[in-house]
Amino acid sequence: MRDTFTRCLEQEAARNPDLVLVTGDLGFGVLFPFMKAYPNRFINAGISEQAMMSMAAGMALEGKTVVVYSIGNFPTLRCLEQIRNCCAYHEVKVKIVCVGAGFVYGTLGMTHHATEDMSALRLLPGVTVYAPADAVQTEAMMQRFLTEPGVAYLRIGRGGEPVLSDPDTLAGYQTGKAVPYQDGTDAYILTAGGILPSAVGAAKLLAEAGYSIGVASFPTVKPMDEAYLAELCGKVKVLITLEEHTIVGGFGGAVCEAVSGFADNRARVVRLGMRDVYSSIVGNQEYLVKHYGLDSASVAASVQAVLEGKA
Amino acid sequence: MSFEKSRDLSYRVRRHTLDMTSRGGTAHIGSIFSMADIIAVLYADVMCHDPHNPQMPERDRMILSKGHAGAGIYAVLAECGYFPTEELMTHCQNGSRLSGHVSHKGVPGVEASTGSLGQGMPMAMGMAMAAKMNGQGHTVFCIIGDGECDEGAIWESALIANQYRLDNFIVTIDFNKIQSLTSVENTIQLEPLDQKWATFGWHVIRVDGHDHAALHAAYAEALAARGKGKPIVIVADTVKGKGVSFMENDVLWHYRTARGDEFNAAVKELEAQQP
Repeated sequence: MRDTFTRCLEQEAARNPDLVLVTGDLGFGVLFPFMKAYPNRFINAGISEQAMMSMAAGMALEGKTVVVYSIGNFPTLRCLEQIRNCCAYHEVKVKIVCVGAGFVYGTLGMTHHATEDMSALRLLPGVTVYAPADAVQTEAMMQRFLTEPGVAYLRIGRGGEPVLSDPDTLAGYQTGKAVPYQDGTDAYILTAGGILPSAVGAAKLLAEAGYSIGVASFPTVKPMDEAYLAELCGKVKVLITLEEHTIVGGFGGAVCEAVSGFADNRARVVRLGMRDVYSSIVGNQEYLVKHYGLDSASVAASVQAVLEGKA
Repeated sequence: MSFEKSRDLSYRVRRHTLDMTSRGGTAHIGSIFSMADIIAVLYADVMCHDPHNPQMPERDRMILSKGHAGAGIYAVLAECGYFPTEELMTHCQNGSRLSGHVSHKGVPGVEASTGSLGQGMPMAMGMAMAAKMNGQGHTVFCIIGDGECDEGAIWESALIANQYRLDNFIVTIDFNKIQSLTSVENTIQLEPLDQKWATFGWHVIRVDGHDHAALHAAYAEALAARGKGKPIVIVADTVKGKGVSFMENDVLWHYRTARGDEFNAAVKELEAQQP
């Protein structure tokens, strides 16, 4: 996802002379091609995320499209108020990129776990939140991420994520649209971000146990694809949300908010993710995903328990 | 020169803002009065701006980072002709567009909304950075408070502006020595403030922030320093509540609203100073 991001960024920079890249002293190697190609449109703001985010707003007020790049919680929680006041309130084109969604930097410890960022960014009016599942989804929404008005947040992995999305399905991707992966009649597992393979794997395991499980991913978490959710609510009785992120106010929270507003809704929403905790476990992404019950086998077990009325 | 224009403007700013804060029952009159001469000099004689064309590309930009003194900016803009002075009386009234902390929404002449300290200066710095990138010749002015210098983002910005040689960026510090609860000295010491900025790589000018001749000279020096590779800071020694004897240097007037006899006494003192 990260390499796709930088490639698409360079393509857009070639089209838009007002595109500027600002980093908080991160992106070693990754950003070098951009720095080389556009040295006059690259700013390293140093390790000063608060000033960096306000500065980005100031540049955007002067007509720039400012892409702010950092990792983990640094371009989000560290400078949340600057995003709110300086960027979102001023309705400027500041595009925030977080590399390291969820447990991507698992072994580095809890400071580097981006597990509350979607909740925090989602609650700010005027901020679009993207959480693509893989490189294909990233490529499909990059143009919109970089060119649509206002503030947008992009949450991506470091790279090497399995690609499950179909480029043809994603062609012409519109912000706010869910991407169905497979249909099902018993339940749907809905995902945001790079955790999609766990959902697909869980659905496969559940199929072996006789269940028909649909899967869909949501490259856009805000605005939420309420029409698609309404369609699913008329189709199945259980929606499982899955995210490498807290279940409080994030993707699952967004789904709950939408579904709770539907008249005649009969679907139950069950949220899988971090259960309102910080991780102090040491381990890589795969290890932590499993520890918190977000791998295919654990998700399958959780879904089966729900379908059997045991949870 | 007698600097009649800026002196008259500073009087009008004080007079309006006394009415505005009194009518609105709002705070920060001390913080407004301490910077009244600074903004009067900037808008009367220093900045390139056009009230009839607020978005003129070549205009100088001004960001009030100490947004709590926003009434002062509204008053100076109205006096310059950006909008009718009658609207000033809607300040902080229900349904008004003139909020207590300065807002750009629908208010011509206000470049950015501020109020959360430490955010206006880096925004202004971004505007200066963009101007450099665009090859534009205008200057970006910013006024910050002394208490605001407690904010880390001020010093982050001081480092970044030096790194990028933003010599089109002129920051003025309203150094009135009093913040919310007590003096700056008894809160977070800043002195030697000019030396701090100098060691951060800035061109530093220190000035009496109420002496119009000195302020004009300071801004002339600052404008002459543009293009010489250093961001510029003017440390303006000011008096909180300047212009009304019982408000001066009294922390009470960070929050207190003049009403009744106090309002009448303040009006009398100000009107006695009318140029």
